[in-house]
Amino acid sequence: MDKTLRHVICQTTAQHLNMGHLVAGQCLRAVGNVGNTVPERDDLTELPCSDVAGAYFVVGMALAGKRPMLILRYQGFSWFAASAIVNYAAKSKEIWGRPCPMLIRAISNEGGIGPVAGSSHHSLFLRMPGVKIFSPMTPNEWKSAYDEFMSGDDVVFLSEHRGAWGNDKDLKPKTQDEYPDIVLFPISITRFAVREATDEIFWRTVIHDIYRIKSFSPSEKAIEDLKLSRFGGIVIDDDYPDGTAKALALDLHNLTGAKMHVLGLEDRTAGFSTQTDNLPPNTEKIKSFIRSIITV
Amino acid sequence: MNLTRIYERAALCRAFEEECVRRIESKDITVPCYLSVGQEYIPATISVWLEDQGITDRQIFIQHRGHSQYLCFGGDLDALVLELLGDPRGCANGMGGSASIQSVSANIIGHDGMLGSQIPIAVGMCYANHKPTICFAGDAAMEEDYALAALGWAATHKLPILFIVEDNGLSILTEKKVRRSWDIVAVARGFGMDARNISDNPKELYQILYPVKLWPSLINVSTTRLLWHTGAGCDDSNAFDRHQEVSNQISPSTVYAIETKLRCEQKVKEAWTKHCGT
Repeated sequence: MDKTLRHVICQTTAQHLNMGHLVAGQCLRAVGNVGNTVPERDDLTELPCSDVAGAYFVVGMALAGKRPMLILRYQGFSWFAASAIVNYAAKSKEIWGRPCPMLIRAISNEGGIGPVAGSSHHSLFLRMPGVKIFSPMTPNEWKSAYDEFMSGDDVVFLSEHRGAWGNDKDLKPKTQDEYPDIVLFPISITRFAVREATDEIFWRTVIHDIYRIKSFSPSEKAIEDLKLSRFGGIVIDDDYPDGTAKALALDLHNLTGAKMHVLGLEDRTAGFSTQTDNLPPNTEKIKSFIRSIITV
Repeated sequence: MNLTRIYERAALCRAFEEECVRRIESKDITVPCYLSVGQEYIPATISVWLEDQGITDRQIFIQHRGHSQYLCFGGDLDALVLELLGDPRGCANGMGGSASIQSVSANIIGHDGMLGSQIPIAVGMCYANHKPTICFAGDAAMEEDYALAALGWAATHKLPILFIVEDNGLSILTEKKVRRSWDIVAVARGFGMDARNISDNPKELYQILYPVKLWPSLINVSTTRLLWHTGAGCDDSNAFDRHQEVSNQISPSTVYAIETKLRCEQKVKEAWTKHCGT
């Protein structure tokens, strides 16, 4: 069996510590070491439960050249950390010529987790300069993003999802020789649901995953497919659609002229109960959305 | 203690700030300017003390109203002038204005404009490299929740960091007593660090500075901001001026004080003239 994403993150984190770099977060040793993505070690930096200050501490560690990883156990906590990340770390190189490279692992999850801790929030950071955003769902994608962080001096934000940690396979683009009816651009955990959905419908769909959210650069094949598609494309996200999904849809439209659609969380707050939750688009919802576009 | 060195440093800061007043009025400076007139003796005293301790490998964190800190701790005069002119050769690439100045060579770390953010960043950097760290902040910046959390973490990890609160009692024009009922020294002591209140009298301040082995510690220094929060205006021309007091007392003579003043003014004027004209 191949190594899972969880295993690769944990192994890479251990190597990161071995190199003398820092790994910081809250409650790192609690509840199974962040889903077993963090090694059991004494040199982890346990941050106090002062979320805003904690992110700024890590900025200071980055200025000291320790290439820290900041682990945000719930991506909703990014709201606290955002100021340190976008106002200081992301601007430091440009204003002062002082690189402030830090890697943020912001972890999403879904289902009965309430109004703050569920879903992805990468759109928060998309509008600000100086930060790279990835949403890795495979071992190779995560390692590639980490390698890019280590080889440069940028601030890198990883929009992770717990639902992908068990994945041990690459998610390759799904293409075909015929003209596609519609082109799907899924982000984060929706990439798995999109594959199930397209397996169950008879329209010609192709999938071009979005793993690099910022700076987004679609492949030539994705652009070609979109130009040839009958009904345009859909950007599907685990965040609210009035953010990353619409921004990237506009980019794709400007590149191709194709009609673009977006699908993401519903425009309401998630509750804890099943009845009030606000989950990312699932297989049925994606199929239904595709159907609504094509049958119009 | 060598008061003369402190005085000369403060005199340079005063000359710089007074030239800034003129340059603001003549509109050579168009960025918002946070002048430290009245507060010069805090960085002047601490920078001399640090040198006397033989501590050279240190890191300094400042915020807005930081011109005097920048100059006292070795920031380049020309780079500061250029920065206030918005020149890319400035100490913050012409982007930092007055509020976000820094110096890589002097290891003075810049501030992003989020009030008090330098406090947790200083703590994080000190945690990572354990270098002696001095973090300046205003009395209002210390009210930020993340500033208080940073004191706590510095105490928890016994970091070699000295927090200097430049307490002018004002947040723009809102007095401290209106904003809060608590005392930062009591808070710092509550976290388990040494802390005390003191005035910006350089003789007293120099004497009570804690040795590094007692850091983390905090000193709340009462001082007087003589000009507006931003800009060159003055609300009270009769307010107490520490520099005037020290100038009147400095040995060997008032002639020396006048000579020092003229020398500093000449140095500052030359820098401004070089980059901006007369």
